[in-house]
Amino acid sequence: MNATMTIEAGGSEAAMRQRLVVIGNGMAGCRAVEEILARDPQRFDVTIFGAEPRVNYNRIMLSPVLAGEKTFDEIVINGQDWYDDNRITLVSGDRVDHIDRDNKCVVAASGRTEPYDTLLIATGSDPFIIPVPGSDLEGVVTFRDLDDVDRMLAAADRGGDAVVIGGGLLGLEAAHGLSLRGMKVTVVHLMPTLMERQLDEAAGWLLKTELERRGQTILTGANTKQIHGIDGKVVGIELADGTRVKADIVVMAAGIRPATGLAKAAGLDVERGVLVDDHMVTSDPAILAVGECVQHRGLCYGLVAPLWDMCRSLADYVTEAPTGFEGTVTSTKLKVSGIDLFSAGDFSGSPGPDGELCEDIVMRDASRGVYKRVVVRDGKLIGAVLYGDTADGNWYFDLMRQESDVSDIREALIFGQAFASGGALADPNAAVAALSAEAEICGCNGVSKGKIVSCIEGGAHSVDAVRATCKASASCGQCTGLVESLLSITLGGEVESGPKTMCKCTTFSHAEVRRLIVEKGLREMPEVMQELHWTTPDGCASCRPALNYYLLCAWPGEYEDDQKSRFVNERLHANIQKDGTYSVVPRMWGGLTNPRELRAIADVVEKFNAPMVKVTGGQRLDIFGIRKEDLPAVWADLNAAGMVSGHAYGKSLRTVKTCVGSEWCRFGTQDSTGLGVKIERMTWGSWMPHKFKIAVSGCPRNCAEATIKDFGVVCVDSGYELHVGGNGGIKVRATDLLCKVATEEEALEHCAAFIQLYREEAWYLERTAPWIERVGLDTVKAALFDDPDTVAQLAARFRHSQQFMQDDPWAQRASGDRADLHNHIATVRPLEMEMAR
Amino acid sequence: MIGDWLDIGPVTQIEPGTARTLPVEGGEEIAVFHTMRNEFFAIVNLCPHRRGPLSQGIVHGDVVTCPLHNWNISLRSGQALGGDEGCVPTIPLRVDAGRIYLLRAAVIAPREARAA
Repeated sequence: MNATMTIEAGGSEAAMRQRLVVIGNGMAGCRAVEEILARDPQRFDVTIFGAEPRVNYNRIMLSPVLAGEKTFDEIVINGQDWYDDNRITLVSGDRVDHIDRDNKCVVAASGRTEPYDTLLIATGSDPFIIPVPGSDLEGVVTFRDLDDVDRMLAAADRGGDAVVIGGGLLGLEAAHGLSLRGMKVTVVHLMPTLMERQLDEAAGWLLKTELERRGQTILTGANTKQIHGIDGKVVGIELADGTRVKADIVVMAAGIRPATGLAKAAGLDVERGVLVDDHMVTSDPAILAVGECVQHRGLCYGLVAPLWDMCRSLADYVTEAPTGFEGTVTSTKLKVSGIDLFSAGDFSGSPGPDGELCEDIVMRDASRGVYKRVVVRDGKLIGAVLYGDTADGNWYFDLMRQESDVSDIREALIFGQAFASGGALADPNAAVAALSAEAEICGCNGVSKGKIVSCIEGGAHSVDAVRATCKASASCGQCTGLVESLLSITLGGEVESGPKTMCKCTTFSHAEVRRLIVEKGLREMPEVMQELHWTTPDGCASCRPALNYYLLCAWPGEYEDDQKSRFVNERLHANIQKDGTYSVVPRMWGGLTNPRELRAIADVVEKFNAPMVKVTGGQRLDIFGIRKEDLPAVWADLNAAGMVSGHAYGKSLRTVKTCVGSEWCRFGTQDSTGLGVKIERMTWGSWMPHKFKIAVSGCPRNCAEATIKDFGVVCVDSGYELHVGGNGGIKVRATDLLCKVATEEEALEHCAAFIQLYREEAWYLERTAPWIERVGLDTVKAALFDDPDTVAQLAARFRHSQQFMQDDPWAQRASGDRADLHNHIATVRPLEMEMAR
Repeated sequence: MIGDWLDIGPVTQIEPGTARTLPVEGGEEIAVFHTMRNEFFAIVNLCPHRRGPLSQGIVHGDVVTCPLHNWNISLRSGQALGGDEGCVPTIPLRVDAGRIYLLRAAVIAPREARAA
């Protein structure tokens, strides 16, 4: 089509006008008509069919209506007068049932038949009803139109419990509205992160925490199995794990599906949505489609901004000045008052068409509850997630839509428009140098620039020294960069580097992270990353296992072990070998065994064709060559003979090696075997910074090699010598003598206390030997013995922690727990696929 | 079009931050990953270094760290990252209506033909 060929419609004779019929009186359909009228008010006679018995309103604003922040009248876009003024026939409350393409007319439920020259399908989308038993009960509603809102308001008037299935945008807005209306709300979300399509894990965690603070119950990773009812009315829901939640109303907000039924029945090309080209033309040139019901270049849109662009393109086309819609980036804001959340573009990290890689820039401000992440690819901003401070959302969105080159402002991008436009970033030190001496640098501890400078001049020549002297940047770490600038300005490049940071994701060292987890009471991994300003969204392979251990150690019985942050051996409770199979070592207490255990081991070796069995250096047997999917069955057999996990795979208590002691040996001074068994019974299952080996020798001949163990007992006539910090590994280190005690009970108590001190003080992946070399034996002794109560307190903390640890992980897996970690998804055979067990 | 893609089940069967395995008779086992940013990837379950099972590594961002010798492998490109060199074949994957699909031809493709 060519704009110069436009025929002047002229005149006002209705006979010359074409008939435009619109199916759908929603936002897209009416907007398309508005756009056409704005270009050429004379071209069409317009008839709009709407299934709802009312005028065109802003569906997005139903959430504020539910929340009581707006009335229906306030969200009407076009009142009856708009239809009248533009001579539009509105057929409301009459659903179109059929499109007759041969005769170019539509037939409505009432029987009304309307001929068209051009037909516009704008049927929008339908709520997705999850197919579970009970989804048709009275009291199960969707959240799509005003009638749904009325049903929810009626339920809220009666009070009680509401369950919202779906933790996406719509579900959370429904939950917010019902909560404001006084209902007790539980959100049930299938995925582990709320709004996972818009948010990453970090922002999703902040949102969840805030909603919980407001009194909502948020269940993530929750799969609804059934909706229960009595006398046809909903009373509650049941999750796949058996959890039941009471409900007087259940809101289905699990997603939307393009409403394509009419188009499909009419024989138009339909995939997920009605297929359209860049001008919104379907496979029938006389039929256009727009809005949520269409699929354009493979995408279906559920947000409003792209719909406006589609309507513009459609109007340009039908008025013969085609421009075309090429798809667009979308942005989302959650309409929950008091929660600032913005998400736009692509933050998944996909590479560009030529493989250009993405770069994440993350800024966190724990004191204000702010998380910002922008994604830059090939010099352009392509995605953003903002939580807590969305002031720059529109600026980022503009940069994305205009595909602006942000290379020059990259360093300042994350700080927002005001900062990035200021130009001060060419030399960050210059900006800091320009600050007055009174300027506050560290907000957490109220430390001014002047104070930090004088502390640097007083000899604190590293970030760590500054933290120790005046506390600046010692809490949340956000001002670490400013402190570094002050160091380099004041010392002119003579800055001493402090202890190494934990990993590239943080400016804090292991010691600082451990201290802050306890001081600030940080209880979950996303919380640690937020509060300590992690520079990556979800950490790395170094910090995740370390944080998992630190949290497990700090909050025994409370923190839930994060399997995905565990090294493979600790996740599968076996040792991975070079060929990808595993070795299995059952525990033999103190190195003792019996015929029943040996038979069970022999049977396992034969049953699973284990190619090798080896006696280990820790006095037990190692079964090699077991496949990961066979591990639970192997463990079930070993459990049946009374054996539990030997933890030969873990940063945990490994073995307690013993000699035969006074019971058999002619030189033995004490019952070293018996004590070894007691120590192993006390310490097995405990997670540690690194592996931990113990030995008990019955006399100073030391046959159990106790003086190269992390904790070694050497029995003597008068009692027990306790040794610590030995290592037989790469760098051999003999133990240091910690103390000598008189009784077995004292030996056990000191063992527990020393282990707990190591668990609480050492860095992750630091054995006792380097730990003691780092802090000094005197420090360890002082920590244990300066206060006469400390040993008992440490031992009590260890025993408290142990009550949560001594649950055989093999038995759990053998009973079917986390089968997903062991089983294959399926097996592919040529031309078929066999589903897994 | 459906025939070109192999339905391997719902997205919920793989916990974010983990991977699961799909053995292929007469071919190399495939590891299907679900990242914490809610993306899905499929690669051959063999580290280009010493053939470690990548499915068992720790996943961070769109990278997996091999459990044997800590090589970092991009799930997106299959390339070894950092100073290491090597590449593992990737299998085209798409997610539709909550289910994961792998490109059938790539699942059963002889790997020699794919090696670059």
